[in-house]
Amino acid sequence: MGDSDKGAVDRREFLKGIAAGAVTGATQVTVHTQDHQHDHQDVPSDLALRVKALESLLVEKGLVDSSALDALIDTMEHKVGPRNGARVVARAWIDQAYKKRLLEDAPAAIAEMGYSSGQGDHMVVVENSPKVHNLIVCTLCSCYPWPVLGLPPVWYKSAPYRSRAVIDPRGILREFGTTLPDEVEVRVWDSTAELRYLVLPERPSGTEGMTEEQLAALVTRDAMVGVTRVTLPPSGGRA
Amino acid sequence: MNSVHDMGGQQGMGPVSYEKDEPVFHASWEGRIYALNRAMRAWRKWSLDTDRYGLETMRPLDYLRMSYYERWAHRLEAQLVSFGFVTRDELQSGTPAPGTVRATPVFTLATASSWLNRGIPSSREPAIRPSFKVGQRVRARNINPTGHTRLPRYARGKAGVIMRDHGVYVFPDTNAHFQGENRQHVYSVRFTARELWGDSASQRDSVYIDMWDDYLERL
Repeated sequence: MGDSDKGAVDRREFLKGIAAGAVTGATQVTVHTQDHQHDHQDVPSDLALRVKALESLLVEKGLVDSSALDALIDTMEHKVGPRNGARVVARAWIDQAYKKRLLEDAPAAIAEMGYSSGQGDHMVVVENSPKVHNLIVCTLCSCYPWPVLGLPPVWYKSAPYRSRAVIDPRGILREFGTTLPDEVEVRVWDSTAELRYLVLPERPSGTEGMTEEQLAALVTRDAMVGVTRVTLPPSGGRA
Repeated sequence: MNSVHDMGGQQGMGPVSYEKDEPVFHASWEGRIYALNRAMRAWRKWSLDTDRYGLETMRPLDYLRMSYYERWAHRLEAQLVSFGFVTRDELQSGTPAPGTVRATPVFTLATASSWLNRGIPSSREPAIRPSFKVGQRVRARNINPTGHTRLPRYARGKAGVIMRDHGVYVFPDTNAHFQGENRQHVYSVRFTARELWGDSASQRDSVYIDMWDDYLERL
């Protein structure tokens, strides 16, 4: 399927074509200037051009509106992200009634904090304890609780994580520096349906006097996926 | 379908590569293709299930070689052509065919938030009865459909216990292929690590997998 079936000659013409399209395209395309060139994956250099040409074509055909795309990107870059989840966790740590609601009806409890959209509609929160450690994965694709954690990091979507989280969760945890005693039960949650999982990490000791904001600052994305635990900064001091 | 996307339990993929302070998008094109995918899905010509199947049917070597958003670019181009939004000639030339009537976008600044907040339809529907109840022992069926499925290979034929009934959801195996929503109950099913991976696995550990009614049989 798809254009992967095309031969090399066809491919060259295709690239030539979109390059021409990008130049002649009448529609203004927003070009962000903060591009990070990143070499951890084999990304062809023509990809940026190809996507730019595709957007230009779709705008010209009236199929998409560039300003709506800008807004969507702004939302994912600036409005949703792990700080949302961290606030949910901190609230659950200081408010037992909230924690109870969060574990029984996560969508409603998360909505109380003002976060609700897209993939998070059917959230389930799973609680870590001295006896149970939870780990979230999507072995089939990249399902992730967007409203509380934002878009997933590359490692979460990568073959090494997706393949091994279910067969060797303790090995994965060790790679993240999390060593669990044998007597701790590991529960892996494979997000195969439209349920989205968030780990409620254990509150570290030594945080008794902290405010909700200070606690939220300790909570990391990785701890809410379950690959690490929440720890105090090395100084052991207050956040 | 049994392809490389179904990664659970595969070995030899190497260590997890971790990037500190990773940006949401590594380049602006990643954000653009992300947004284009979402905006085009708003036309409702295909569903999230169809989108997933679009990735699953990629050639395995392409799937493994490409970055995440490169796959999205590849899929979107293929879907735009197969659903008639653009022709292959237009993709190649980068400009609309002569005489093209300009459409009006459905995903706009005014409608974006309603699209984003629409979520994934699920509901409590008393008319749709669950086939299984919490606490019941079940077996994941040994099925190997060539279409879309969310039943991972590593769980097929394995026995587990229903831990929770999540309510009623659209069935992806039919919905992805425009064969109806076929709404049915989804359960959280607990499989012990030993059931899935044998005696060398931890005695305590387990994997919880969400499964539709049609993936399960009585034990």
